[in-house]
Amino acid sequence: MDGHMPPRVREPIVSLDGVTRILTDGPAPVTLVADIAMEVFPGEVVAVTGPSGSGKSSLIYLIGLLDEPTRGRIVLDGRDATRASRSEREIMRLEKIGFVFQFHFLLPEFSATDNIMLPMRKLGRLGEMAMRARAAELLGQFGLGAAGHKRPHQLSGGERQRVAIARALANDPLLVIADEPTGNLDSRNSAIVFDMFRRLTREQGKAVIVVTHDLDLARTVDRQIRLVDGRVVDGGLATA
Amino acid sequence: MRTQFAIARAYVTSRPRQTLVSVLGVMMGVGFYVGISALMQGFQEDFVRRIVDISPHVIIRDEFRLAPIQPVADRNPASTVEIRGVKPRDEPRGIRSADAILEALAREPGMAIAPTLLGQAFLRYGGKDTAVNLLGVEPEKERRVSSLERDLIDGKLDDLAENANGIIVGIGIAKKTGLVRGSNVSVVSGYGVTLQMKVVGIFETGIVSLDDAQAYVHLKKNQVLQRRTDVVNQIRIRLTDIDRADEVARTIEARHAYKTESWRESNQNIFGIFVIQNGIMYSTVGAILVVSGFGIYNIVSTVVNEKRHDVAILKSIGFSETDIRRIFLMQGLIVGIIGTALGWLLGFLLIQLLASIRFDIQGMIRTQGFVLNRSILSYAVAGGIAIAVSALAAYLPARKAAALNPVDVIRGGA
Ligand SMILES: Nc1ncnc2c1ncn2[C@@H]1O[C@H](COP(=O)(O)OP(=O)(O)OP(=O)(O)O)[C@@H](O)[C@H]1O
Ligand SMILES: [Mg+2]
Repeated sequence: MDGHMPPRVREPIVSLDGVTRILTDGPAPVTLVADIAMEVFPGEVVAVTGPSGSGKSSLIYLIGLLDEPTRGRIVLDGRDATRASRSEREIMRLEKIGFVFQFHFLLPEFSATDNIMLPMRKLGRLGEMAMRARAAELLGQFGLGAAGHKRPHQLSGGERQRVAIARALANDPLLVIADEPTGNLDSRNSAIVFDMFRRLTREQGKAVIVVTHDLDLARTVDRQIRLVDGRVVDGGLATA
Repeated sequence: MRTQFAIARAYVTSRPRQTLVSVLGVMMGVGFYVGISALMQGFQEDFVRRIVDISPHVIIRDEFRLAPIQPVADRNPASTVEIRGVKPRDEPRGIRSADAILEALAREPGMAIAPTLLGQAFLRYGGKDTAVNLLGVEPEKERRVSSLERDLIDGKLDDLAENANGIIVGIGIAKKTGLVRGSNVSVVSGYGVTLQMKVVGIFETGIVSLDDAQAYVHLKKNQVLQRRTDVVNQIRIRLTDIDRADEVARTIEARHAYKTESWRESNQNIFGIFVIQNGIMYSTVGAILVVSGFGIYNIVSTVVNEKRHDVAILKSIGFSETDIRRIFLMQGLIVGIIGTALGWLLGFLLIQLLASIRFDIQGMIRTQGFVLNRSILSYAVAGGIAIAVSALAAYLPARKAAALNPVDVIRGGA
């Protein structure tokens, strides 16, 4: 009897099993992604790559609980999100997930600090002073210590994207999901963003899923998941 | 909630010019509502106050609500012969059992009673005939049922003594004819009786129909003029509680059969005009408020469309549909509330302006300025309507924003 199961060292932060998303509201059904199986563990930066139209964005909207799969199961931090109610999914998003998009989506009427504080205010766990302190700390980490009072139009493209990332991290999420976050940035700013992702995973044990077209950057991460025509062709499940 | 409010507040200022237009719309609606209802209610209440003050509250007349059945028709109700063209018997008019009624009413608490005889007459003065409604009264009783004594601007009510030939005329008549206190005037009735009388008083009520056409003599004198010795055709009653007027009138009519009118019934046609007036005014002002609702709908819709990115990112952060709906509802309400506050100010200033206007006109009543009702209630009603309209107008675009699918917006990109 030698078949001792090795102790599970790590639980995945998110795992997908047989996830398929088919749009049926158009004239003909469109399959965005099909039969996806993948896992992402704490401490990993995972790049999702693939040709344009291969379903990368569709996949991460599903992982981020912005969209619901037609079939399959998505387990986030041990909870089956596909069985959760809408308000439960809202709370999971608020507490566990931080989104970054190619466009920064900062609220133009609010300062950098106020934008970063939005998720904290919605969560409501910290007092005003503590929220401000956390926003200032995040701004400091991203080299924006002096820009807290500035409104988005007073910031450069790279600064805006860093504020957007700081906002994604405001509630200290387990999982950061980024869809081409460096799509509008030059190579220096892109490198800064990817360094940040590495630090988050190494130092804080978070996981980052980042969609990118930049294969050089993709090579610098822990693992690549390649999509073609809505299916994973490589790297979905971590191999020992 | 505070976060949603902060966002809503930012959205209010995101389109300053359009927001200002919506605010002004609400302000106009509320302001005019307040101003106009102060004007309308002030006028109407003043009118009622004057009527109630000046005239008796209940009048028993020598009439019946239904035409009396003629004896010839009464004789054989089952007859198959139809009788047409019956000439009604000429009845000597007047309240026949006036003494009995007066006695019965005298025992009732809370009312003053005066028997009177109303008839037509001409005042012949300076070669001109002026028609008047001549009311024969007993001064000591009349002073308790109408404000005649108080309304005298010249002379005394007591001078309408039984044997002196005193007459009191309205200010309008005095001006028209040139009569003054002490003038001698011939009073000619339709029955061919002429009496030489002396003007002993002039009254002014402010109700034009009275001031221009009413004159008072002693009851006995009018009975002579109208050739109706000892006849009374109106019993005038004043109540301590005017709200009982309808009930008292009904009771008396049920008991004594004579047509008995409360002040409300006597002035029914005027109250009917008030209803129409109010209908027109309030629907006009209501329309302004509704239009201001379109303004709010417009600004909130515009901002919802402009802020689709914000809505999408807020939802992706974890804000719920309720949160999003609240943001835009609050935006509409902020506009509505600011508009209401400014509207109250506008209404207040309008009332001040109207109050300062002086003029002298004779319509239904004679007046030197607007009588204004400064009730706080019209502020509350206007504000309530404006805020309800704002909430409703903002709700539709707010619901649309809440239903927005963030994936659609985010795919759309910048
Ligand atoms: N609402 C929709 N209706 C129809 N087809 C859609 C819809 N949304 C996405 N698609 C299609 O689904 C496929 C996957 O789209 P998706 O945005 O996930 O691709 P992607 O890998 O992110 O592409 P890119 O690299 O260009 O961003 C595409 O072919 C796209 O045209
Ligand atoms: Mg994409």
